This record gives sequence, structure tokens and C-alpha cells, in this order.
Amino acid sequence: MYHAKYIIPALIVFLAVVTFPFWAKGKAGYRVDLKLPANQTECIESTEFMRTSHMQLLDQWRDKVVRDGERVYTNAKGVKYSMSLTNTCLSCHSEKDKFCDKCHNSVGVNPYCFNCHRTTPKEGK
Amino acid sequence: MDKTRRTILKLAGASALGLGAGSLGLLGKGIASAAPALPTAANYDSPLHAKRWAMVIDTKKFDDALLKKCIDVCHTIHNVPDIPTKQNIKWLFTGDYEETFPTEQNNFLAEGVEHRKFLMLCNHCTEPPCVRVCPTKATFKREDGIVMMDYHRCIGCRYCMAGCPYGARSFNFMDPRPYIKEQNPLFPTRTRGVVEKCTFCVERLAQGLMPACVEAAGGAIYFGDLEDPGSEVRKALRDNFAIRRKPDAGTQPGVYYII
Repeated sequence: MYHAKYIIPALIVFLAVVTFPFWAKGKAGYRVDLKLPANQTECIESTEFMRTSHMQLLDQWRDKVVRDGERVYTNAKGVKYSMSLTNTCLSCHSEKDKFCDKCHNSVGVNPYCFNCHRTTPKEGK
Repeated sequence: MDKTRRTILKLAGASALGLGAGSLGLLGKGIASAAPALPTAANYDSPLHAKRWAMVIDTKKFDDALLKKCIDVCHTIHNVPDIPTKQNIKWLFTGDYEETFPTEQNNFLAEGVEHRKFLMLCNHCTEPPCVRVCPTKATFKREDGIVMMDYHRCIGCRYCMAGCPYGARSFNFMDPRPYIKEQNPLFPTRTRGVVEKCTFCVERLAQGLMPACVEAAGGAIYFGDLEDPGSEVRKALRDNFAIRRKPDAGTQPGVYYII
């Protein structure tokens, strides 16, 4: 191989740079500081479920309410809730910028729910 | 158990108070002037059902103040913006006889009818042309006859507006939020690029309440099940002569006008 003494170190450096995000992640892991609702202790489902599946749940709610006219959701514990992002979710999580946006911005998603469904009053103005 | 009963009773009391305050309010001030209560699952316990919802408007009972009251109530609770251009959004609006019934023209109209204003809204047709032309099925007819919009699916092509013979649909050319004077936090707004219209207050029917305009009109609008011979609308149609807008369009509108 011609110029092996240049190429091989350069390849090693290149691989090191490319794989940097995979081996250099911190020990602390990924953290987001959320402001939880003050007047409630638990969400409609478990935190783990809400963290991973709230988008699918909201999709189902949307179709049930708009298409089928069903408006009451019964959770795993049998408690009933009104299926409404505007009224049920956002009445507790009233500060979008301190809850919803924290994760959405960190992971780079931009759901357009809030174009219609209410946001904090100061954002509405 | 006891606790949930108490909360339900409290809620019932609060909503009764709210309704009372609304009906005591002066003309021009709507139901929305009382702070609306957050609907919970208990509010949906006794929804109103019908085979085919319909409305009968007694146009003789309307004057300008009552028309304004109905429109204001509707537009306030549904966050309908007031845009001072041709691109305005309207769910409930008015027109004179010629505008409202262009196919029912006659020479020398009765004086009272000629100068009367008529309330117009989505007719929730039995054969809705808007539903036929919608390419994404964003607008659809429910089993109870209400023609609904699913804003999530609407792509803003405006075929439905071209299809509607009644001009009942409005397009959001811009973000409506800056044009909403007082935003009702309990009802979503719309966004730029979707078409919207009257929904016969499905969200209120689901809570066992009559549509907002029917409530505000204080007996000048009848609302009920067209298939039920004992309903208020059927009684109103039995006792009075009523016409519908543009019957020749073949859409079978669900809004009747007592002249």
C-alpha cells in the first residue's frame, strides 16, 4: 500500500471521529427537567406508558372523538377521563414551554397539535 | 364513592350557576361571559341522541339584537375569529330574503319578509355535496346527520367550499389566533389552511346540552330529531309552513325556516 503511514492513522482518526457520539456519551445519561403539574400526583396512565406512547394515545383519542363521537376514556385502573387534549391534558400540563416543549425540542420533533389546541395564555397572545 | 358523588354534585351546582348567570346576562352578552367549567368524564354521562338532527328557525321572532346575540355566542365559544377582510370566518351569519332563498323569488314580497334578516349556517344536508367532493374524507356525515369536519385530515383544497351551495364554509387564509378577541380555552382554535364551519355543537350535544344558538335564541330556534314525530322540530313543522334553502340543489338540508 502506498503511503500507508499516512492512510492508516488517518483512517483511525476518521473512524474515531465518526463513532465519537456512540462511545463518548456521558455516564449520567440523558436528562430533561420537567415542571410537573402542582395539583396532580398521577397522570391518566403510568409515567412509563405516557412517556413512550402518549402520541399513539392522542391519535386514538382524536379518531374516537372526531370520527366515532366517543368522548370518555377508561384507563388501566378504571378511572374515567374526558378524551380531550385541550381540556384534559393541557388543563394539568398548562405550561407547554415547561413540559411539552422540553422533550419535543430536545429530540427535535415539532408536533403541530398546538397550532389549534390551546397553549399557555401568554403564547396565545 | 362518597367523594366522587360530592365532586359530581359540586360540578352540577357550578354548571347550573354558570347557566343561570348566562341567561341573566344582558342582550349581546353571551353564555361565555360566565367562566365555563372544565368538562370532565361525568359531563358526558347523558348525551343527546337523535336519528337525524335538524333545526327549525322561526324567522318571525328574530330582530337584529337577537341575531347578534346568537352569532356572538356561537363565535365566542367556538373561537371563531373576526377578520376585517373578505377572508373572514363565519359559522353563523345573516342575509336578506334574496340572499337566503335565491330560488324562491317572487315579485312584490311582503314588507315584513323583504326587510327581514335570516340566520344562515351549515345546513347539515342529508346528501352533503361537500362530503362527496372531499378528497381526503376530512369532512364526513355522522350517523345522526351532522356533517363534521376533521381538521386533522383537511388539506385545505377548498373543494368543499366550491361544492357547498350555501356558502356555509370558510377557509383559514391565515392564522386565526390573532383575530380572536377572547379565546375560549376549552375549545380548540383552527389553524392556517383548513376549512371550517358550524358543527351543530356536537361537543355540547355530547354533554347533553342544546346548541349554543338554540339556547341563546330563547325559543326562536327549535332543535331536535327529525325522525321522531314527537320532537320539537316536528311539532314546529306540523304547526307552521316552513321552507328550506335552495331545495333544487337536491341536498335535503336539515335547517328549516318558518317564514
